[in-house]
Amino acid sequence: MSAAEEVVAEGHEAVEAVPKRAMTLGTGTSLVVLAALLIAPVFVKNFIIFQMTMLLIYGLAVLALNILTGGSGQFSLGQSAFYAVGAYTTAVLMEHFNINYALTLPIAGVICFGFGYLFGKPALRLSGVYLALATFALATAMPQLLKLNFLEHWTGGVQGLVVTKPDAPFGLPMSQDMWLYYFTLVVTLAIYIFSVNLLRSRSGRAFMAIRDNEIAASAMGVDVALYKTLAFGVSAAITGIAGSLGAIAVQFVAPDSYTITLAISLFLGMVVGGVGWLPGSIVGAAFIIFVPNIAEGISKGLSGAVFGVLLFLVIYLVPHGARQAAILGHQLAGKLRKN
Amino acid sequence: MTQAQLAQGTSPLLAVRDVSVVFGGIVALNGVSFDMHKGQILGLIGPNGAGKTTLFNCLSRLYQPSSGDILMEGVSILSRPPHRIAEIGIGRTFQNVALFPNLSVMDNVRVGTHARTSSDIISDSLRLAWIRRSEGDVNKKVHEILAYLDLEDVAHTVVAGLPFGTQKRVELARALAADPKILLLDEPAGGLNHEEVHVLADLIKRIRDDRHMTVLLVEHHMGLVMSIADHVVALNFGKKLAEGTPAQVQADPDVIKAYLGSKDQ
Repeated sequence: MSAAEEVVAEGHEAVEAVPKRAMTLGTGTSLVVLAALLIAPVFVKNFIIFQMTMLLIYGLAVLALNILTGGSGQFSLGQSAFYAVGAYTTAVLMEHFNINYALTLPIAGVICFGFGYLFGKPALRLSGVYLALATFALATAMPQLLKLNFLEHWTGGVQGLVVTKPDAPFGLPMSQDMWLYYFTLVVTLAIYIFSVNLLRSRSGRAFMAIRDNEIAASAMGVDVALYKTLAFGVSAAITGIAGSLGAIAVQFVAPDSYTITLAISLFLGMVVGGVGWLPGSIVGAAFIIFVPNIAEGISKGLSGAVFGVLLFLVIYLVPHGARQAAILGHQLAGKLRKN
Repeated sequence: MTQAQLAQGTSPLLAVRDVSVVFGGIVALNGVSFDMHKGQILGLIGPNGAGKTTLFNCLSRLYQPSSGDILMEGVSILSRPPHRIAEIGIGRTFQNVALFPNLSVMDNVRVGTHARTSSDIISDSLRLAWIRRSEGDVNKKVHEILAYLDLEDVAHTVVAGLPFGTQKRVELARALAADPKILLLDEPAGGLNHEEVHVLADLIKRIRDDRHMTVLLVEHHMGLVMSIADHVVALNFGKKLAEGTPAQVQADPDVIKAYLGSKDQ
């Protein structure tokens, strides 16, 4: 009798384990990942550190899209536009106004929040593929807007702007790349924690309620229009901060760095990482940064086709992305522990 | 009439006044009026297409009446958008269950408290002290409601996989989380078997008595309405056909005609 009860109880827990941790990693896994992120740069070359910085930056941008799509259920192919606004804000403030790079991040965040919020207003009338189209238009327009003649004094036009890489402060004995990595890591962790808090809060529940059923959400008192635009604002703000960090890391901003290709990459990263699963953002970012390189390693002439095949394999094997892989791994570990 | 006896001189909690709804030439509701008094279970019945759901959607502000008024505690609700209805104490469930399928039972019920709580995205992101306090209160309340509706075992289960009957209970729990004064139930017996309808009838009565609620029951299932409603309003073709106690309405020749479609009843 008791044995049967135990089996039932265990089966019950197995069902629960997934939704409970739906948004985040367990404490143990989080600490291991954090330790790896902290220690790794000590052992690798500057170029690898630079790539790790870019990994965090794209991770942030994918996270931002994840809040919008995975959280509030709105599609966006226009994230590159918010990324560009953030990058240019930082570049212009640093090069024209001599403002400290760290200070430009919150400014870029606020400007992009406003931009995303305002864009979200008209986008309220659209949903699904139509919203994707509207954001697509935003992404295509942005590089041209940045090239406009009357903005050229500030944006550098087609030439773009060169950004000075900051030195480590307080005479810390580390390279510029390493300092920027740790700076990016702190910003990324802070934003990750804020995002997890947000999605677990009343506002986050409102986002997800809207995603799942707008009419029911509204009947519960959720102001659908407000929260949809807020989701756009938050997503744009985080993307903008990622853009700022990207400008500092790459030391250069130019209109054609922020085309629709970037927006599609971020979208791809979100799908590969698992829609709605925040830790997957970093996995998705790794995919969009490293897999094209791997594809090029396999065949220079057909790198695009190889990338396509690799992407297809991932989607075929784990349609729900890294989240699914994590759940499978979790279950496998559980089985091994029992044996 | 009985309406007056029930009211005993008190003003109605909810008053539907001469409400008409016209959809491009088709009159879905034609001058319907009735009152709901505190503690009442009011059954709104009628055959398919009678206008029950239209009236229901006017109450939850999804439709705007072409004329007439709806007063909650004497104040018109018609200038309120749908998301500002919960805060004045009108809660609802949906005909075919409209939960948030990807959220857990607990989170579904937590969303129910939205109208009774406040927050902003910055405080939520930083998880400030007042947010933690408010979330603590929300959790306490949600646990109380889950216990009340016997949903504790599935508190952390994602809603999509639950049996239909359980989902209906979750929807009730979500509605109760907003502390409504009036509970609007849209065909709660739909899709339930005979046994489950009995359980539901007891549950609705229990909620009314324990939680001092007023219930508007829009229902097809005559058995359910006749067994628990104090007062029944029958609609047909957008018009009020009859009103009174269940027995009175059941005996009304017009109601019988509308339901059985026979002339010589």
